[in-house]
Amino acid sequence: MDKETSASAFRAVIVLALICSVLVAGAAVGLRPLQEANRKLDQKKNILRAAELYQGTGDVEKLFQQVETKVVRLADGSFVPPEEVNPAEFDQLGSLQSEETSRKLSKEEDIAGLGRREKYSLVYLVKKDGRLDKVILPVRGKGLWSTLYGYVALSANLSTIIGITFYEHGETPGLGGEIENPDWQAGWQGKQIYNQQEEPAIQVVKGQAKNTYQVDGVSGATLTMNGVNNLMHFWFGEHGFGPFLERYKGADKM
Amino acid sequence: MPEKKSELFFNPFFQRNPIALLVLGICSALAVTGSMATALVMSVCLSLVVAFSSLIISLIRHQIPNTVRIGIQITVIATLVILVDQILKAFFYDLAKQLSVYVGLIITNCIVMGRAEGFAMSHTPLKSFIDGLGNGMGYGFVLMTVSFCRELLGSGTVFGHEVLPLIADGGWYQGNGLMLLPAGAFFLIALIIWALRTIYPNQQEKD
Repeated sequence: MDKETSASAFRAVIVLALICSVLVAGAAVGLRPLQEANRKLDQKKNILRAAELYQGTGDVEKLFQQVETKVVRLADGSFVPPEEVNPAEFDQLGSLQSEETSRKLSKEEDIAGLGRREKYSLVYLVKKDGRLDKVILPVRGKGLWSTLYGYVALSANLSTIIGITFYEHGETPGLGGEIENPDWQAGWQGKQIYNQQEEPAIQVVKGQAKNTYQVDGVSGATLTMNGVNNLMHFWFGEHGFGPFLERYKGADKM
Repeated sequence: MPEKKSELFFNPFFQRNPIALLVLGICSALAVTGSMATALVMSVCLSLVVAFSSLIISLIRHQIPNTVRIGIQITVIATLVILVDQILKAFFYDLAKQLSVYVGLIITNCIVMGRAEGFAMSHTPLKSFIDGLGNGMGYGFVLMTVSFCRELLGSGTVFGHEVLPLIADGGWYQGNGLMLLPAGAFFLIALIIWALRTIYPNQQEKD
């Protein structure tokens, strides 16, 4: 049979496309459980890194046992009992899909470009001798090309930053992608989020950081830095963890 | 054209190196050569993709209609790259994160397409496989050479192990900033091309 006719060209393309799509779909579905497990482990590693509990070696699962996971109602900052929402099974990003567990943000509220905000959020607590030592909060927001996902760890006064990490983003490697560089992340340590008026004052600036509210930005990555700035202001403002942090400020108990 | 299988395998290292002679695949050679670990993973991934895409395309070369051959080659290559990417994400998550977009970009690496169109379409499967593997490893050879120089001179390490202690860590070596930037790879690749063309004068282009 002549393989140069239009009909056989179509047939060759369709057969190949079918075989290839079966292979790709099979690999994607078959390997998903492993990839999910890796992603979860990577998130735990980043939570520990933000809180300075992980220095590149050690068993992540074991280290994570000192971290207590809880669910917070973002609107008023109160803890949700595990009978209502189980922190071990709560899928925070998945809850954005449902009208019941998330709400649309208005344009004025949505400074971090999120679109929707969930009703409940996970928070991670580290305790020492029964007292609160560290709080790790998940944050996210639009950068230049993608949504940035990260964690911010606060000390017991709920304003001083212990560490910050970003574990998932699609920014330009070498420019905006530097947000995952530990050297840059180290620049956040010891900075204050809230000023004396209890407003979020943390800021990513160009050039040298001059005071405890300023963090040195990455040059050549202005738009990503704006994104980081905005997400910090959103998540530490009244629509993010503001009510939660206010509720427990000075309590040193959660 | 070399006909012996050993020549097919070894020629792409020096005499017909895809980067040095054909100047293909430069983009990723600049991007992933900052550290030896990523360069090694990239070389292995690319070698596997070139070898198997050449093998598959050679196997079905009599069934491929001439009018749609480029599309079919790209589909085969893209499928293999996605498989490699998925496997990396499942078993080598940290490396997959470091390589980020570059694994996906193997699809557009000219070496893969070049071997498929230039060799596999007109040769037997075994020869195509060997040719693909040789070219992938020839690419890997340049990548490893460049990344060795960049990592050693730039950050004083080899595969992450300290060799030249940096001043910043209390040692004596001042890291070369140029080598940390992708531009450093340009100079190194140029030096490799210069060396190869001096050893093999038949590679020199006539004015």
